[in-house]
Parts: sequence; structure tokens; C-alpha cells
Amino acid sequence: MLSAYLTMAALLFCIGLYGALAKRSTIIVLLSIELMLGAVNLNLVAFAKYGAAPALTGQIFALFTIAVAAAEVAVGIALAIALFRARGASRADEYNEMRR
Amino acid sequence: MWGTWSGESAAFFAFAALMLGGAGVMLSLKRIVHMVLAMAAVFLGLAGMFVLLEAEFVALVQVLIYAGAVSILMVFGIMMTGRKALEQAPPRRLHEAASGGVALLLFAVLFYAIRSTELPEPGGRPAAADNTLAIGQQLYTAHVIAFELISVLLTVAFIGAIVIARKEA
Repeated sequence: MLSAYLTMAALLFCIGLYGALAKRSTIIVLLSIELMLGAVNLNLVAFAKYGAAPALTGQIFALFTIAVAAAEVAVGIALAIALFRARGASRADEYNEMRR
Repeated sequence: MWGTWSGESAAFFAFAALMLGGAGVMLSLKRIVHMVLAMAAVFLGLAGMFVLLEAEFVALVQVLIYAGAVSILMVFGIMMTGRKALEQAPPRRLHEAASGGVALLLFAVLFYAIRSTELPEPGGRPAAADNTLAIGQQLYTAHVIAFELISVLLTVAFIGAIVIARKEA
């Protein structure tokens, strides 16, 4: 059963990676990063039950990951809103001020 | 390899179908609000998998934070940033194909690694009588410093988000 959960998490991570690389909306890129973090959480919780040394620590680590992801989303959305106000751009490929 | 056909594997495949369906729909939809709604379905399926793994508290936190707070925050973000120009932007075929290739390559590597690794026999940890109680006791004894640090991190991040997104910044 462990390999099934690991394969599922790998699939989710790769879908999130594709979304983060290919989509141009800032919001969708952030959401895809959340999907990748969710896949990592699935791995942590799966190892907490079926791993070589099963313990509750995996679930606690997943809780910490969720907290950090929530902080990341809050700051990311705030940045997207501030950039939209300053530049009128909501596409991730329009944020190229640092390159000019 | 995939275990016997039990209630757990039936529920696992149901949740897996929900998550993969939601993620696939998310990638193929055009409207951004619909994409966020499809992603909420993925997060709900993830919470179901946590329940299957006897992590009830993590599953409830997942529903509250992801399916609730993060999805609502994303909808507000879409409202605050324009989306007209985005939905009419011309597609970037080469870029999308390259991204898909990278993702497929990574999945191939991960799948090969999972298949070729000696994984422990599916014995499983005996479930705690009260998952939330056990997590709380661990959190306030062994992991109390990390717990306090994460609360400081959340406070700093949210104050920073307010300062950044303020109108007269």
C-alpha cells in the first residue's frame, strides 16, 4: 500500500510542477506550488503509518508544512496584489523588472 | 504489490480518481475561478487520503486550511488582480510542451525509484486511540520550540502580507 501512496504523491507533485512551469496566471502558479506541498504532506503521512519506523512525528511534520504553506500563500497573494496595483500585470511572465 | 482488494484500496482508488480528475480538469480549464474550484476538489481528496492513513487531525486541518482558507484567499486574489488580459493571452505551445516534458521526466525518475526501492512490509503502525490527543501531547512536549517558532513565523508573515498589500504602500 505504501508504494501506491508514494506513486500518487509523485503524480500530484508532477502535475503541480507542470502547472507551476506552464501556467501564466500568478494565482494558478501559487496554487500549483500548494499542490506540490500537498504531495509532500501525503508522503510524510504515508511514511508515518507504513514507513520503516512508523511514528507520529510524520503527521506533526505535515502540520508544520501546512502552517508554512499558509504563510507562503498569504505573502504570495499580497505580492500579486501589490504588483497588480503597481504595474497592472497579473501574468507571471510580465514580472521582468529585475531583468531590464 | 498493490495489496489485496480491501476496503482501504477501494477508498484509495476512489480518492485517487477524485484527485487526478480534479488536477486534470484544473490544467485543462480556461477560467481561473473554475481552476481554483477544481483544486479545492483535489485538496478534499487529499484530506480523504489522510483519513485512510489514520491521520484524522491532519485531515481536518487540511480541509480547514486548504479547501477553506487557501481556496477563498485565491478567489479574493483573482478578484483583486485582473483576469481579462490573462484569459485572452495567446498560448505558448513550445513552453507548455517543454514544461510537460520536464514533469513527465521527473515522474519517470520518481516512479522508477519507487518501484526499485525495497519498501517495508505493509504492517503499519497501530492507530493511537485518540489521534488528536497524541498529536497534542507530542506537540507540547517534544516539538514545543518548533511549535512556538511556527507561531512567530505565521504572525510575521501575516503582518508582512498586510503591509505589502496595503493600498497606500
